[in-house]
Amino acid sequence: MSETNKKWYSLNLNRSKKSESCGCGSNSGGCNSDKPKDGFDQIMDISMSRRTAFTKITAGLLIGAGAVSSSCSIIGSDESKEKSAMEWEEYFKGNYKLMTDEEKDKSINRLVRSYELNHGKKINISSKNAEENVLFGYAFNISKCQGYMDCVNACVEENNQDRTSEMQYIRIHEMKDGKGFNFEEADDNYYHEVPADGHFYMGTQCFHCDNPPCVEVCPVQATWKEKDGIVVIDYDWCIGCRYCMAACPYDGRRFNWKTPEVPEEEVNKNQHYLGNRLRKKGVMEKCTFCIQRSREGKNPACVEACPTGSRTFGNLLDPNSTIRWILDNKKVFRLKEDLGTEPKFWYYMD
Amino acid sequence: MKTLKVFGSLIKDAFLEVTHGSRAYHIWMGVLTLIMLFGMYNYSIQLEQGLSATGMTDRVSWGLYISNFTFLVGVAAAAVMLVLPAYVLKNIDFKQAVLIGEGLAVSALLMCLAFVVADMGGPARLWHMIPGIGVFNFPNSMLAWDVIVLNGYLFINITIPLYILIMRYQGKTPNPKIYIPGVFLSVFWAVAIHMVTAFLYQGLQARPFWNNALLGPRFLASAFAAGPALIIIVLAIIRKFTAFKIADETIKKISMIVTVAAQINLIMLISELFKEFYAPTHHSISAVYLFFGLEGKTALLPWIWTSISLNVMATIALTFHKIRNNLNILYVLCGMLFIAIWIEKGFGLIVPGFIPGPWGKISEYTPSFVEISVTLGIWAMGAFIFTILAKTGIAVEMGQLVYKKK
Ligand code: SF4
Ligand code: SF4
Repeated sequence: MSETNKKWYSLNLNRSKKSESCGCGSNSGGCNSDKPKDGFDQIMDISMSRRTAFTKITAGLLIGAGAVSSSCSIIGSDESKEKSAMEWEEYFKGNYKLMTDEEKDKSINRLVRSYELNHGKKINISSKNAEENVLFGYAFNISKCQGYMDCVNACVEENNQDRTSEMQYIRIHEMKDGKGFNFEEADDNYYHEVPADGHFYMGTQCFHCDNPPCVEVCPVQATWKEKDGIVVIDYDWCIGCRYCMAACPYDGRRFNWKTPEVPEEEVNKNQHYLGNRLRKKGVMEKCTFCIQRSREGKNPACVEACPTGSRTFGNLLDPNSTIRWILDNKKVFRLKEDLGTEPKFWYYMD
Repeated sequence: MKTLKVFGSLIKDAFLEVTHGSRAYHIWMGVLTLIMLFGMYNYSIQLEQGLSATGMTDRVSWGLYISNFTFLVGVAAAAVMLVLPAYVLKNIDFKQAVLIGEGLAVSALLMCLAFVVADMGGPARLWHMIPGIGVFNFPNSMLAWDVIVLNGYLFINITIPLYILIMRYQGKTPNPKIYIPGVFLSVFWAVAIHMVTAFLYQGLQARPFWNNALLGPRFLASAFAAGPALIIIVLAIIRKFTAFKIADETIKKISMIVTVAAQINLIMLISELFKEFYAPTHHSISAVYLFFGLEGKTALLPWIWTSISLNVMATIALTFHKIRNNLNILYVLCGMLFIAIWIEKGFGLIVPGFIPGPWGKISEYTPSFVEISVTLGIWAMGAFIFTILAKTGIAVEMGQLVYKKK
């Protein structure tokens, strides 16, 4: 996308090459598009077949050593055999963004099946890709927010976050009137009736930067920007080094320090591979603009839950969308713009 | 084929050598083994519970492990800088120090790798990093660079001393044409592992405390003080407990390196403090936290002030030849410097990078018992490996271990 028809104002940091590809979101190699493969993809293709060999060799070795006893023991039930066979294949599967559609389906079938074996319930995991001509953006009306935190709760329920450690993607900062946007003095952990006198509220979460530093630093490309601008994480590929967490200037990422727990009856069974499917310990996660909802044309859970209408979500490339109207007509700003991260999350006031 | 046979015999002899020793030696190795086992037990707890067994949180997401990793990269790099004068400038004095230095580099590197693995949330998935079967984010991620340079450095530092030892073991003189290029390479590489590790932090615009052009050079300066300081201490111990001769001259020369590096380091520290406190900006807030505490949260204060006072005292004392040339005082000064830099490059560098958090939240970090135990275990592992390497190396050098042709 050229500078002239770019949908928002950005700082000139001499990043002309990068901002070229801003609109399509392909600069981080995140889109599994139909365009001809470049050298990089080809190398990765080779590596996929190499991995198959690696899997077989390792499996051979371990079976030889009797380590996968449960999968070949006579006593083990069919189910436990199936389970460990699936765990095995899951362990050696590749990075999602390099998988073919067939491999994605296979992996999803395994995940669904193993949930069924463990909990006796069916879940639905989608692998829907980004649509053409879609670039998601978000706007937040500071004048309207009253700090009810309905968004926070809706987010936790929608995205199957760990209940025991009270992980939350959204933080609502309670700021004192007359002090400006003073995050240092703000309280992001309040337990009192809102709106509190003399205060205003401001929410932060992952801003889905268009030039995301968290993506650059990941040593194994477990996190990337999709074509529709959503920054996602492959929970099964992440090795848990937390470098991305250190690189994020917006406190957007959360880590599973322990095995996350969600009571069975509260599990949201409508899932996306890159979104709210259940995580394991030792991996990174964060807001995905509710990818399981937004790619189906719905609003994220936080937008839907907000009783004041402070939150707006939409397609930046659609000239008739509300978000475009806000960007064109309101005095919008973004946080820490000087860092050149180009968040796709704008604030404005009435 | 023949080399293989020699190598096999060297391993066999080395095994005999390291399993025999004085009573003090056995106690030392026994204690180290116990600490290692204790660390392993605690690591198994961490594997079971996840990283919640450590003191790290979403707010301070790197802690003791990464601090030690950072510091040890410095030690590994600095140990090899002694190699250059010894092999290339034909400075006989350094010769014995060099083998010790390389052994130190190898053990420090293995400790580095152990600390990185201990810090991973999913160590079982580390194969995702192996080029060829995993996906390696090269050249974008500095961590990918770091993995390459650290492993490359490890490889170089194992092959060179191995070649020299094998030659000596057979009673031959090592051929300089073969090892000198390797030595040069390893010296450049030592600078590289340093800079890349500094860039790991320096490249993050999210953390103003690290995003500072002086970080890389300061890494070098402090490492060239801490690394050789450790070598001096180790040489002193070896001199005391073994028949290995190390001349006073050698130690005095190394102390020169320590002194100059410590002085440069101090100048850079002053420059940093000046920038942070003469015209403080919003970005100085982590430094304020580190040196003075914020909102009554002062966990790092005792650490950093201990570090600074030890650092200043040791550097000033080292500057005077009279004091420095008294070996017993020198050992104490080296110990002070080593501790000072361990605090400064570890805790004092990593933790304040996260405090206050991106939105100004100040939540402090205290390592947990499990974390401290694993850390101790890894240090014991390093000492264990180093003892084995040094003992073999010394025996070969002194001609006690010779290849017997059958
Ligand atoms: S807000 Fe943080 S986690 Fe989200 S895209 Fe930007 S840098 Fe990455
Ligand atoms: S924690 Fe996971 S997503 Fe983040 S940088 Fe490490 S491997 Fe990548």
